[in-house]
Amino acid sequence: MAGLLKTNTPPRWLLAELTYACPLQCPYCSNPLDYTKYKSELSTDDWKRVLTEARKMGAVQLGFSGGEPLTRPDLVELVQHARDLGYYSNLITSGYGLTEEKIMQLKTAGLDHIQVSIQASSQELNDHIAGTASFEHKQNVARLVKKHGYPMVLCVVIHRENIHQMPEILAMAEALGADYLELANTQYYGWAHLNRDLLLPTKEQFETAEAIAQAYKEKVAGKMKIYYVVPDFYENRPKACMNGWATTFLTIAPDGVALPCHSARDLPNFDCPNVNDFSVSDIWHDSKAFNFFRGFEWMQEPCRSCDEKEKDFGGCRCQAYLLTGDASATDPVCSKSPQHYVVDELIATARTSALSSNEKPLVFRNSKNAGRRLSD
Amino acid sequence: MTLNPEQLLTFSPLHRLQWEEVQQKTVILYPEGMVELNQSSAEILKLCDGTRHLAQLVQELETTFETSGLTADITAFLEVALDNGWITQN
Ligand code: SF4
Ligand code: SF4
Repeated sequence: MAGLLKTNTPPRWLLAELTYACPLQCPYCSNPLDYTKYKSELSTDDWKRVLTEARKMGAVQLGFSGGEPLTRPDLVELVQHARDLGYYSNLITSGYGLTEEKIMQLKTAGLDHIQVSIQASSQELNDHIAGTASFEHKQNVARLVKKHGYPMVLCVVIHRENIHQMPEILAMAEALGADYLELANTQYYGWAHLNRDLLLPTKEQFETAEAIAQAYKEKVAGKMKIYYVVPDFYENRPKACMNGWATTFLTIAPDGVALPCHSARDLPNFDCPNVNDFSVSDIWHDSKAFNFFRGFEWMQEPCRSCDEKEKDFGGCRCQAYLLTGDASATDPVCSKSPQHYVVDELIATARTSALSSNEKPLVFRNSKNAGRRLSD
Repeated sequence: MTLNPEQLLTFSPLHRLQWEEVQQKTVILYPEGMVELNQSSAEILKLCDGTRHLAQLVQELETTFETSGLTADITAFLEVALDNGWITQN
């Protein structure tokens, strides 16, 4: 069997989650709710080996993320190693703690691009959502990134607390000279799943914001590229998650656990292999976890006999699990799913919460809340 | 954006053009994205190094590949490249 599986497509995209440590506390963070449980971090040499092995297999896009990757003291060294191997490396950062000196060191080491996330277009809201006073600094970092010749990508995660700022967010990105603006509607995993009633915008809010963003796209064509990541709760078909399970993306968590998608750690009884125990190639080709949802054999109806399965691969496994309790079910976002009503219900619940005057507070992503969740 | 035949063609400093051994293809890399190129597109882009304008580039490729009449195809591709920000002029 192992021999046959070697015909798998190789990974193209490697996401290196260097650490779960982060000075921010975003309530939509995609890190696991119990991230404090995973204390160990791969050593510098382990990361270098992982980068080398994945590059040999064909990975070329590399994301350094976390948590906050800047908290790793060996970041520059890893960037240098990635450059030597021929990766295109992306630093995905909150910008917190990024100095001009560090930006220059990273440039010399061969970093290709820095993506800075900003939480909102106003200081008050940014600092509230980030759980940390960081707005001024982020703006400054964005300017420095540009000054030092990197393509500058601003990323703003969109949800109910900031969606009304869409016009100001667009104007801010343009004023900062962003080459790319990623408007990422919240994906409801991890902490965002927990806070969904408070974060999910209403359909009207979505539609208004999207129309504003699309119009702006034309206005800034040729100057700033806008990536609009659609939220799929208001669609009739799910997203083609990860371009198909274990076909393109490989995530390595801080402790060395390899994941076909960065949320897969939350799937139950899903024994994800660790790079401390196996080579990246063995993990990719032969591990149970990576083969679990490959191809179409695992599908249930209605996906199994659906003529659209090669388009969306049945949707997202983590979303299917979070919303139906069954990771092999049809993604309930699909209107053909017998459990599509679950999505209608959660939209209605969030809407009720949006219209009520006494919403419960957001649960911020920090070790206190992670600890509390654990003892629940 | 339209191509200016008088101006020099330069591959964008915000992108990277690279040969990928595993795929046996030249690719363009940019923030969180990648485009795979066929051989002729790759040959065109490699010549966009800030030393040639359109006519010079066409002539050079026609000489290398011992053919003629490439102007229309090359112009069409360079327009796509300009629109995508892969190359710049001036
Ligand atoms: S989403 Fe926010 S809290 Fe989570 S790792 Fe990123 S910056 Fe830190
Ligand atoms: S039934 Fe499954 S394969 Fe068909 S469209 Fe819906 S999610 Fe996609």
